[in-house]
Amino acid sequence: MPELLLELFSEEIPARMQSRAAQDLRAGVTNALVDKGLVYEGAQAHATPRRLVLSVEGLAAATAERREERKGPRVDAPESAIQGFLKSSGVALSDCRIVEDKKGKFYVAVLLRKGRPTAELLSEILPEIIRSFPWPKSMRWGSSSLRWVRPLQSILCTFDGEAVPFEIDGLRAGNLTFGHRFMAPQPIASRRYKDYSTSLAQARVMVDAAERAQTILAEARTLAFAQGLELVEDEALLAETSGLVEWPVVLMGSFEPSFLSLPPEIITTTLKAHQKCFALRDAKSAALAPRYVLVANLIAADGGEQIIAGNNRVIAARLTDAKFFWDQDRKAPLAARLGLLDQITFHARIGSQGERLRRIEALAGEIAGFIKADADRAREAARLSKADLVTGAVGEFPELQGVMGRYYALAEGTDADVADAIRDHYKPQGPSDRIPQTRIAEAVALADKIDMLLAFWLIDEKPTGSKDPFALRRAALGVIRILLEHERRLPLLRIGRKGLDLYSQGPSEGERKALLADLLSFFADRLKVYLRDQGARHDLIDAVFSLGQEDDLLLIVRRVEALARFLETEDGRNLLAGIRRATNIIRIEEKKDARSYAGQPNSKLLVQAEEKTLATAVAAAEAQARRALEAEDFEAAMRALAKLRSPVDAFFDRVTVNADDPSFRENRLRLLSRIREATLSVADFSRIEG
Amino acid sequence: MPPALNPKQSFQDLIQVLHQYWAGEGCVILQPYDMEMGAGTFHPATTLRALGPKPWRAAYVQPSRRPSDGRYGENPNRLQHFYQYQVILKPSPNDLQELYLASLAAIGIDKDTHDIRFVEDDWESPTLGAWGLGWEVWCDGMEISQFTYFQQVGGIDCFPVPGELTYGLERLAMYVQGVDNVFELNFNGRTGPEKVTYGDVFLQAEQEYSRYNFEYADTEILMRHFADAEKECRALLQRGDQGVRHELALPAYDQCIKASHAFNLLDARGVISVTERQAYILRVRDLAKACCEAWIRTEAGRG
Repeated sequence: MPELLLELFSEEIPARMQSRAAQDLRAGVTNALVDKGLVYEGAQAHATPRRLVLSVEGLAAATAERREERKGPRVDAPESAIQGFLKSSGVALSDCRIVEDKKGKFYVAVLLRKGRPTAELLSEILPEIIRSFPWPKSMRWGSSSLRWVRPLQSILCTFDGEAVPFEIDGLRAGNLTFGHRFMAPQPIASRRYKDYSTSLAQARVMVDAAERAQTILAEARTLAFAQGLELVEDEALLAETSGLVEWPVVLMGSFEPSFLSLPPEIITTTLKAHQKCFALRDAKSAALAPRYVLVANLIAADGGEQIIAGNNRVIAARLTDAKFFWDQDRKAPLAARLGLLDQITFHARIGSQGERLRRIEALAGEIAGFIKADADRAREAARLSKADLVTGAVGEFPELQGVMGRYYALAEGTDADVADAIRDHYKPQGPSDRIPQTRIAEAVALADKIDMLLAFWLIDEKPTGSKDPFALRRAALGVIRILLEHERRLPLLRIGRKGLDLYSQGPSEGERKALLADLLSFFADRLKVYLRDQGARHDLIDAVFSLGQEDDLLLIVRRVEALARFLETEDGRNLLAGIRRATNIIRIEEKKDARSYAGQPNSKLLVQAEEKTLATAVAAAEAQARRALEAEDFEAAMRALAKLRSPVDAFFDRVTVNADDPSFRENRLRLLSRIREATLSVADFSRIEG
Repeated sequence: MPPALNPKQSFQDLIQVLHQYWAGEGCVILQPYDMEMGAGTFHPATTLRALGPKPWRAAYVQPSRRPSDGRYGENPNRLQHFYQYQVILKPSPNDLQELYLASLAAIGIDKDTHDIRFVEDDWESPTLGAWGLGWEVWCDGMEISQFTYFQQVGGIDCFPVPGELTYGLERLAMYVQGVDNVFELNFNGRTGPEKVTYGDVFLQAEQEYSRYNFEYADTEILMRHFADAEKECRALLQRGDQGVRHELALPAYDQCIKASHAFNLLDARGVISVTERQAYILRVRDLAKACCEAWIRTEAGRG
């Protein structure tokens, strides 16, 4: 079966976009082929810094011939109608069959739709796919109106070995490509993927990113091993370096061992983030080695000597800068820098970093009390937590905020737990990041995030839709993860109130209440997302949350769990059905009568045994459930409700709610509404689905 | 004929070779713009000529002043005054990357022994309301140039699209001369007592201007300069406006450059808070946009 080969050859595509673009190309082309009625056996896409490549194997040479029938007018229709039908269908009367149905005899035209050659279809499909390619960011160049990620230089397109002719903005597709930019820039003709990839390999281009990555990894490990070293492996860096070269050449560079006195994070950040190089460590001690691995795109005439020398020079210059900052920064203690934070604006409408830090310190002390952390040390860690933002090293390496603070704290003899908390208070940075591991760090991390949320709620800059520029959802998720994963009890409303008290120009009492309620419901939404990701039922979360009194996330989750277990029992399911029935009746009758049936039933009007029993049971269950809830024993609360099941069932079996006597009817409706009220202390059962 | 140029030993020869090379590609070789600016992009030959339908090819050296990058001459890589070599080709030719690589070969960077890479870098100038896509060009791990296809300047779409190349001349010279300290660059290519280094020419200036930028510049005067330039720019934009045509786009743009430099100095003096900083940038951007809008109503700007 024939094969399609397509290569879009351009100027350098950003490394981070390549793999996605290859997938998009495959999906775009194969979907269009299928839409046209073409089948294929398989498709593979690849990307290098300069090309997107697609091969589709086993592609039909043409679309199949199709027979179509078209129903026309009745045989006794006026001649003009029949002629019109023949003309519009492009057939003669002799090409028509006569078909009879209930309404009479009709002409049916039989049309033969010829198959179309695939190459012809490709000439139509591909320009459109190229024009509308979903690059995250595209551009124009020269005088062309085409958009691509960077200028598109040439297009190779063959089908069954032959060039497929098409043209976009003066760019004509053909059967030519080009080899490596420096090592083999001459044109290469190709007919099929197999000879394409073989001749490109000879022209120093590895088309497959996975092959480039494997080559880098294998050669880097070998180089490291030969020196008794180990590669500090890094998947993201590996993917990035494979996207920066068409022919990876792995070389080892070095720097002065004296730089190893720097914190290792500074060295690895310099190597990785700035130079895209891999760090190496000693195979035995695991300490960083004064060497690194770089990935070049050239088999150099001098064996790479000048490339290594050049890279060594850049890295030495960067490490010299870093060492300068590291030495300067340690000349003054962290605490001496706090004044500078007053001059840094955190947010124009919120105030300075210094003000924010003082709030975090106070709040960390409050929170420490709730989570049994050492309040003095939590406050100390909080006070120093942002001081490294005004150090030279963090100015140069912003990604090392916290990490550097820890080193500076340790260097001046600060307690190790406090120093760790300085580093860890930013955690967790996302759903997969680790949460802080000491209570002191937890207290600071919670205070940092809660103050941030309060601050942005105060100026009404909440996340909307996909917009969350201050990462407030992440902050809330961080709070949730710390509280739940460490099983910490924290009354968020009380803490939020304390937090608001720390703002010099706080809002009015009414505004505070509204703000905190809104923030709590934001937490509820994030908690729902979090629990849903963990596989919990979102309706149960709603059933507990909608009660609206609870601000302790851990208790909410425990109650949800107890409710889930209860609903798995037969008592639970039946009670749910009974409560629903009661709620439905009340809703309908209240609507009909345009009045409420809330309130206690009159015990004197309870005449049937079942309604007397139910009334007693409701009162008892409510009291028991309340006591259980006060003791935070959710299982016991559920057990209390479970006792309602048989009285509720018996009531519905034997008692007519819509009694003839209006006073009985009213009293029974009140009794039903009591069921709902009594169970509402545990959960809003009307929110439960299924 | 002067003696052969040697860009591997002489800073000034490096510049001359680039001039010769780009003159050979049809560029007008301009002299630096006679005003203080933060980058070669601010030169009207780039900012304004990037706009409008007329083809344009130019190359020039632009002294660039970044007051807050001063280090009193103590840092081997950082200067508050340095040279950028700027090339602009509109429309960008299809072989712009090849032209650029050939210019590297002309200054002695051998493509058989050096690892040259185009690494993603989206360029944006908030003060000019300009952006483009391109790369930083790496040579053996060092950034030696910026390579940008302008998409917008002054908030206006560029079409045809100009390609802009910016070479950091000191860095490039350090690389080809193989020195680690900018002040040790050989400036004139002579040896022995006739040799003049970059330090001989600029070290004292770095020290004095660092003092001025960080300690002595009178911030009240600077604020006034900023306000005056902004006011004059607005006035010129208004008075030059002749309906379909604008007659004062260039002088108005000079005032925008002045405001931008006054802002950079104020920033270096540390008297602009983070919040105010954004407001200043927006004020300069508004001027730049208005100047660009005026420019495309001039003879050279609209074609």
